[in-house]
Amino acid sequence: MEALFFNVDSGFLEGIVRGYRAGLLTTSQYHNLTQCDTLEDFRMQLSQTDYGNFLANEPSPISTSTIHAKATQLLVDQFNYLRSNAVEPLSTFLEYMTYAYMIDNVILLITGTLHERDTHELLERCHPLGVFDTMPALCVATNVEELYHSVLVETPLAPYFRDALSASDLDDLNIELIRNTLYKAYLEDFHKFCSTLPYPTGEVMHQILAFEADRRTLNITINSFHSSLSKDQRARLFPSIGRLFPEGNNALARSDDLEGVKNACEYIAQYRAFFDTAAGQTNGSGPGLDDTDAALTRLENAFFAHEVHLNKLSFLQQFQYGVFYSFVKLKEQEIRSLTWIAECIAQEAKDRVGDFVPIW
Amino acid sequence: MGVATYTSGLSAFIIVLIALYLLFSGSAESFNVGRFLEESSPYMWAMVGVGLCIGLSVLGAGWGIFVTGSSILGGGVRTPRIRTKNLISIIFCEVVAIYGVIMAIIFSSKFAFVPETELYTPSNYYTGFAIFWGGLTVGFCNLLCGISVGVTGSTAALADAADPTLFVKILIIEVFGSIMGLFGLIVGLLMSGKAEPFSALQSAAVRI
Repeated sequence: MEALFFNVDSGFLEGIVRGYRAGLLTTSQYHNLTQCDTLEDFRMQLSQTDYGNFLANEPSPISTSTIHAKATQLLVDQFNYLRSNAVEPLSTFLEYMTYAYMIDNVILLITGTLHERDTHELLERCHPLGVFDTMPALCVATNVEELYHSVLVETPLAPYFRDALSASDLDDLNIELIRNTLYKAYLEDFHKFCSTLPYPTGEVMHQILAFEADRRTLNITINSFHSSLSKDQRARLFPSIGRLFPEGNNALARSDDLEGVKNACEYIAQYRAFFDTAAGQTNGSGPGLDDTDAALTRLENAFFAHEVHLNKLSFLQQFQYGVFYSFVKLKEQEIRSLTWIAECIAQEAKDRVGDFVPIW
Repeated sequence: MGVATYTSGLSAFIIVLIALYLLFSGSAESFNVGRFLEESSPYMWAMVGVGLCIGLSVLGAGWGIFVTGSSILGGGVRTPRIRTKNLISIIFCEVVAIYGVIMAIIFSSKFAFVPETELYTPSNYYTGFAIFWGGLTVGFCNLLCGISVGVTGSTAALADAADPTLFVKILIIEVFGSIMGLFGLIVGLLMSGKAEPFSALQSAAVRI
């Protein structure tokens, strides 16, 4: 039934976003980019793709951070075009997507202020999708209570802060706790919102959000092994959606090392495969990297690859909002890949240039 | 959904109320389908049939065109080459409305003025009912055919924008969808084919 009425409100935008998705770089374009010797070549190759002349007005010794910033700007422009044309409930859906960036920005600003960085520099580093009006005021806050009452109470993030208010002063551990509590609340809320949308959207988004939640759960577990975080606190940070919930989450909450994490994921075939690839290649790891670190890096890459795979799947179904989410995620991944290739070219580390996640 | 539930509940309630009123006031015999069919004018049946035929066909065609059209618009922004090719989908939807028009013209060729005293003949009853149910058949066939072609056409537009080789493959499916409207047209023709035009009472006809 979704096909009957979906196009009334969102048919045009779905066509647009699928057009954007057709502009994502293909394998052969990636291949050409990795063959470049200088960043000038890189710029030339990019101008033949969907990116066009986005670097044309930049002065000649071009830096990788400029490429990253400009490419992000393109994504933001496209996203804003979608958002300004969207009507309910798609506009709310797109709003929800920006909350993740807002959380990142809030955490970035608090951390930066804690380490006494320059406010303007910090504001420049914030992700443009997550900008909100009262953001500069975040830099004056010294504890969570103040942060909440002076700044965040007017933002959409306010309800997510309900569970984070117990942390009293701002130090590195507490900020990490706040970030993960916010993310947990955000993912659960977004998941709940998606399941209220008409049929295929909820199903498609469930797959993606469940993996996102599982990835966070695994990352929290692995990162908390050598910290002062108690197992009780750790378990409270796990999102209650995802394929690992509830049994896997309980096992992860009790585990003490990477082996325990692996056992917790044993029952889900895809997740088990991550650990197999991560462990299988450990023997051939490069010099200078600890075995565990190398395995974790590979795990991270496997997560990214699986995320790209899931996001690609959502384009296989028409008349649903998942494509909007997936497009932004894929574009982000592409920007990460571009920055990585540019970085490798700039530092002449040609042997590692292939370590990005291609999309098509 | 709430409105639909409310409306259907309310109408069911009212129907039950009327039925009970007729039953308990001793006039349940006035609920008589046969008498209703006999007393209602064959003209009414024929006109309503033609109206449903053209109305439902146009509804289906319009629905299909907006589903397809909005996707072509969106897809055409980044890949303008799809716009001309995908007019085929729009034409397929439009054809559905044309089926409705054709049938409406054929049905209305049976109309002729007959004085009321000479109207109620078996032949005229047959013409009225045949046009009513024929029009309903054609109308619903075309409504669903238009929607099906529209949804497929929307998919065809987006698939064509992503990969030009897919266009012909999806077009074949779209053609099969559009044939369904033709089935309705043929059946509608057969249903009304045997019906004579409205005519005055003849000596051979039996007066009811």
